[in-house]
Amino acid sequence: MSYELPAQFAQFGEARKNGFLRVKNIKENGGRVAGTFCTFTPQEILDAAGVSPVSLCGMSEETIPAAEAHLPKNLCPLIKSSYGFAVSDKCPYTYFSDIIVGETTCDGKKKMYELLGEMKDVYLLHLPQGDREHALEQWTQEVQRFREFLEKKFGEAIPDESIRDAARARNKERSCRRRLMELQKLQPPASTGYAVYKALEGAGFYFDVEEVCKELTRLADGLEADYAAGKRPVSADAKRILITGCPIGGVLEKTVKAIEAAGGVVVCFENCSGIKATLDDVDADAPDIVQAVAEKYLKIGCAVMTPDSRRLALLEKLVDEYKVDGVVEIDLQACTAYTVESTTVRRKMESLGMPYMAIETDYSLSDSGQLATRLEAFLEML
Amino acid sequence: MVGIGIDIGSSCAKAAVTEDGNVLLTEQMPTGWSSKDTAEALRQKLCAAGFDPAQLPCIATGYGRVVVPYARKAVTEITCHAKGAQKLFGKDVLDILDIGGQDTKVICLRGGSVKDFLMNDKCSAGTGRFLEVMANTLGMDPSSMIALAAKGNDAGISSMCTVFAESEVISLIGKGEPKENIACAVVASIARKIASQASRLREPGVPAVLTGGLCEASYLKDALGKELGTAVESCPDARFAGAIGAALLAEKRQKA
Repeated sequence: MSYELPAQFAQFGEARKNGFLRVKNIKENGGRVAGTFCTFTPQEILDAAGVSPVSLCGMSEETIPAAEAHLPKNLCPLIKSSYGFAVSDKCPYTYFSDIIVGETTCDGKKKMYELLGEMKDVYLLHLPQGDREHALEQWTQEVQRFREFLEKKFGEAIPDESIRDAARARNKERSCRRRLMELQKLQPPASTGYAVYKALEGAGFYFDVEEVCKELTRLADGLEADYAAGKRPVSADAKRILITGCPIGGVLEKTVKAIEAAGGVVVCFENCSGIKATLDDVDADAPDIVQAVAEKYLKIGCAVMTPDSRRLALLEKLVDEYKVDGVVEIDLQACTAYTVESTTVRRKMESLGMPYMAIETDYSLSDSGQLATRLEAFLEML
Repeated sequence: MVGIGIDIGSSCAKAAVTEDGNVLLTEQMPTGWSSKDTAEALRQKLCAAGFDPAQLPCIATGYGRVVVPYARKAVTEITCHAKGAQKLFGKDVLDILDIGGQDTKVICLRGGSVKDFLMNDKCSAGTGRFLEVMANTLGMDPSSMIALAAKGNDAGISSMCTVFAESEVISLIGKGEPKENIACAVVASIARKIASQASRLREPGVPAVLTGGLCEASYLKDALGKELGTAVESCPDARFAGAIGAALLAEKRQKA
C-alpha cells in the first residue's frame, strides 16, 4: 500500500528526509516499525515478530515548545523533545510506528507515555526495580507478556526459533559495536570519540541488522588498517575521557565536541548508545530463550534501578580497561535518577582516585560557553 | 623572566605583569561591549608601561580569552585563578571562592594544583550579576549596597533566582522595609547560595579565600565566613587573581 506524507515533511532537511523515505519504504513493503525509547527494550522479540525497532528519543530542542503545551517546563529535554515530535508529527519514525514501546524507567517517561498513548498505540514494559532474587522471574514474565501481545496484535505466532535467530543476529551486531568501541582502547585511540558516537548512533537507523554489521565492520576494518599504516588521528597527549550518565545525542556538540576541541579525547561511552547496552549477549541456545533474552537486558546498569550496583561495577572496570584519565558525567536537566546518583558515582570515583566532573544540561545552546570553560578546565586539571 | 596575563571577564578586564613570580603591574578596565577592543586597549596600556605583549610571553584567560589576538595561549580562568590565589595567599591548600560577573566558581587547590572545582550553570544565581541587579533595584552600586548591608538586619529573601529575588526585593521596598535590611537580605542570600555550592567540595580545616571584583567588600567576606563556619580571607589584589595566575603561567611556559 502507499502512504501519504503529512505536508510539514516537505520542509525537512535532507537527512531526516532520507530516514523518512527509508521507513516509508519499509511500510510500503508490508514491514512493521516499533518506536522505542530505551536500551531495555528487548529487540529480539520485536525482530522475531517481524517488527523493526527504531529509537524515538528526541534530540532536538525544535519540538520542545510544542511539548510544553502539555508537559511542565521543568522536565527532562529528551522526554519533552520526544513527545513534541509526536504531537507535531515532525518525526517520520514516530509517524510511521505501528507501535511505541516504553518501559517504566523514570517517572517523567511513565507519565509522558500515558499522554502519548492517547495519540499512538503504546505498550509499556514494567521493569523490576533492581536486583532482587525475583527480578529475573518478573522481567521474564514481562518479556513473555510482550511477546504474546505482539502475537495477538499482528495475528502471528512468534516461534522460539525466530527469537533464537534474532538473538544470534543481534549478538553479531553487538559484537560489531563492541569491536568499534574497543578500538578506542588503543593508545592513542583509533578515532575521535565524536566519530565513534556518530557511527554507533547512525547504526540504529538502518532497519537491517545484517547491513548494520557490514557497515560497522567496514568502518572498524578501515580504522584498524589506517592505524596499522601509522595514521594517528588523535594526539598521544590527549587526555582520555570516559562519558557516563544520560543519553547524550541531543547535547553531543556542546559536550563531546567541546572536550575534543579542548585537546581531550573520549575513549569510552558508558551510557545508553555506548557500552552498557552492548556488553552482554543473549545465550541463543539457552533452554528458555525468553528468559535468556530477559537476562541479557536485566544486566544493563542504569540509574533507574535501585540499587544500581551494576553501573558502578561497570564504571570501575571501564576506567581501568580504557586507561581513562578522567570521567565526565553528562546528565540531562531534571533527570532525578541520574543527577541524584551522580553523588554516588562521584564517591565511587574518589575512592578510585579518578578525577570526575558532573554537568547538567539541556538541549539549548545557552550554556555552551560555560560548558566549554568547565570542560576545558577539567582537562587542564588532569 | 617576565610574563603577561590578560583576564577578559564578563564585566571587567584585567592585565597583570609578573617578573620571577613577583607582581610588577596590574591594570583594569570595564570590558564594555567589545572584548576585542578592550583587549586592544589593554595592549596599548601595557606597551605604554614598557611591556609589549608581542615581545613577551602572554597568556589570556576569562570568558573573552579567545579574542586576545596577541596572547600565545588561552587557559581557563579556573586554572589561572588557582595559580594566582596560590601566589597571593602563599598557600598550596586553599578553597578559592571567585565571584565573577556571570560565573561563580569554587576551586579546590590541593598540593598547589587544582583538585576539583564547581561552577554555576547558566543561571545567574550566586554571581556578581545577582548583586548587580539587586543593587540596581535599590538604586546603588554593589559595593555600597554591601557596605550598607553591614548596618541592617536580614529582612529575608528566600529565592535564589535573580528574577524572583528581584520581585521579592521590590515587594520589600513596597512594604517600606528599611533599605539596609533589604541590602542585608541580599548579601545573606548570595552568601547562602555560594556556601551551599562550596559545601559540595569543602573539606574541614581548609582555609577559604575570596577573589574577584568584590574582594574588598568586607561585609561580604563576613557573611560568607558565617555561612562557611570559617574566616574568609582576601586582599585588594585578589581581583587580579586570574590575570596574575595567567602571567605566572606565561613565565613558566617560557622557561619550559
